[in-house]
Amino acid sequence: MSEPNKYETVVGLEVHVELHTNSKIFCGCSTAFGAPPNTHTCPVCLGHPGVLPVLNRQAVEYAMKAAMALNCQIADISKFDRKNYFYPDSPKAYQISQFDQPIGEHGWIEIEVNGETKRIGITRLHLEEDAGKLTHVDGGYASLVDFNRVGTPLIEIVSEPDIRTPEEAKAYLEKIKAIMQYCDVSDVKMEEGSLRCDANISLRPYGQKEFGTRAELKNMNSFRGVQRGLEYEQFRQAEILDGGGIVIQETRRFDDAVGKSFSMRGKEEAHDYRYFPDPDLVSLHISEEWKQSIRATIPELPDARKARYTVDYSLPSYDAEVITSSKKLADFFEESLSYTKDSKSVSNWIMGDLLGYLNANSQEISDVKITGQGLGEMIGLLEKGTINGKIAKTVFKAMLETGKLPQQIVEEQGLVQISDEGAVLQIVDQIIEANPQSVEDYRAGKDKAIGFLVGQIMKASKGKANPALANKLLIERLK
Amino acid sequence: MSITPKDVEHVARLARLELSDAEKDQFTEQLNAILKYAEKLDGLDTDNVEPTSHVLPIKNVMRADEKRPSLPIEKVLLNAPDEEDGQFKVPAVLE
Repeated sequence: MSEPNKYETVVGLEVHVELHTNSKIFCGCSTAFGAPPNTHTCPVCLGHPGVLPVLNRQAVEYAMKAAMALNCQIADISKFDRKNYFYPDSPKAYQISQFDQPIGEHGWIEIEVNGETKRIGITRLHLEEDAGKLTHVDGGYASLVDFNRVGTPLIEIVSEPDIRTPEEAKAYLEKIKAIMQYCDVSDVKMEEGSLRCDANISLRPYGQKEFGTRAELKNMNSFRGVQRGLEYEQFRQAEILDGGGIVIQETRRFDDAVGKSFSMRGKEEAHDYRYFPDPDLVSLHISEEWKQSIRATIPELPDARKARYTVDYSLPSYDAEVITSSKKLADFFEESLSYTKDSKSVSNWIMGDLLGYLNANSQEISDVKITGQGLGEMIGLLEKGTINGKIAKTVFKAMLETGKLPQQIVEEQGLVQISDEGAVLQIVDQIIEANPQSVEDYRAGKDKAIGFLVGQIMKASKGKANPALANKLLIERLK
Repeated sequence: MSITPKDVEHVARLARLELSDAEKDQFTEQLNAILKYAEKLDGLDTDNVEPTSHVLPIKNVMRADEKRPSLPIEKVLLNAPDEEDGQFKVPAVLE
């Protein structure tokens, strides 16, 4: 095992994001996910001879919007190139991509890790077409090819080698995902492949200026997988260097189930892509007016929203970060605030009960039925004393599952808090009578006994007694 | 600049082509002839010519993001060497 902190890790990430246009980048086939194999194909995306690709304007505009949101400079003139390679996932034997004139360059985003903010550079953002999907069959001797995904518009976002830890890599990905989600250019679902990530990672002794030899890591299927893959690769390369060995520049596939990476032999020579301008596509001239019209569509982005939440609602930085990391969650937060002024309470319910429930069930806010109105009104009922904290937990769970408003749930299930003195007093007397020992303990100066007795009152009232009132009446009775 | 048999081997490999020795010699000769012909361009004075990737004075050709019908699956698979479950079946390429 290598001694810690001997080597500095250097990571650069390549992120592919599928743009959610209706049709493909160069033809009118649908981009919908999950259709029967090859039913979304035509002579253009199948690479038949004599066809002509025609660029989808929406794909260009989404790419510009994404590039602007990542603080990139937008090219005045951009063009498309052919990236040549032979592999069954590409029917034309080349991918239309962008080589030396990408849509955007020189961008950056900010990430926060362990309370520290760090800027990560974005080298470039370019537009390209996705490839097909292969399924290996016959014991690995044959492959089935589905070309539905061929021609789905993709942006590739290449970071500078500014990332220093697997944790930073994860934070970077989460921020990229959030920004794409806010810009509404992609579904960014890693499980459906609409966001994918490759990593370049190398190690160097601290203080050394030159980068070490890097390995390219592929096949990481979740943010957690990226972090784990990089952690394993750090360990693997450190062991090689410690043993006086040399890291080989190669492509490695991470196997999340095994927790290790494996060399993908034979990929190296394929890196000779012989790019050249695609003669079928004319160049793209992006005017100032066009840029302005796209810039005007960029909404408030996660960082700005987070800053606003910490200032306007006095949320702790961490809570604001978590809530704004998902646009839908942040929208939910703001919807709640149309129904209550207590932002701190809304934030607490989101950070605690809501995220606890979602994480436990591996769900997102869009998978549950609760509305911002529901949460806001429930906090209102708490403030008015209609319900107490214990009832609120029950109401909250019912809202998650049914989407009903709290007032309706309270009425249907008879959950109104009992604040009538006579009614509570009746229960208080019952409990005093049933627990002579505790009463004696309390009178003998054991204050703890009061907690037990209030607990019994709450239990007897099925959680509905007003706890403050029960406490007050109990103490009066025991005087 | 001239093409050597080694260059031909490299390009053939990238294109997944297996060439006989006679073919390698033949293509080396032919590719060199093509390059020699293209070398005529070196005789032109291009000092005041902007580099271009396209010879036509056309730019920004785009279409609206509208779906159009795809091909029926029978037609899609007409050129498939082999098929299974509506998919193209090909020999596996090891990664």
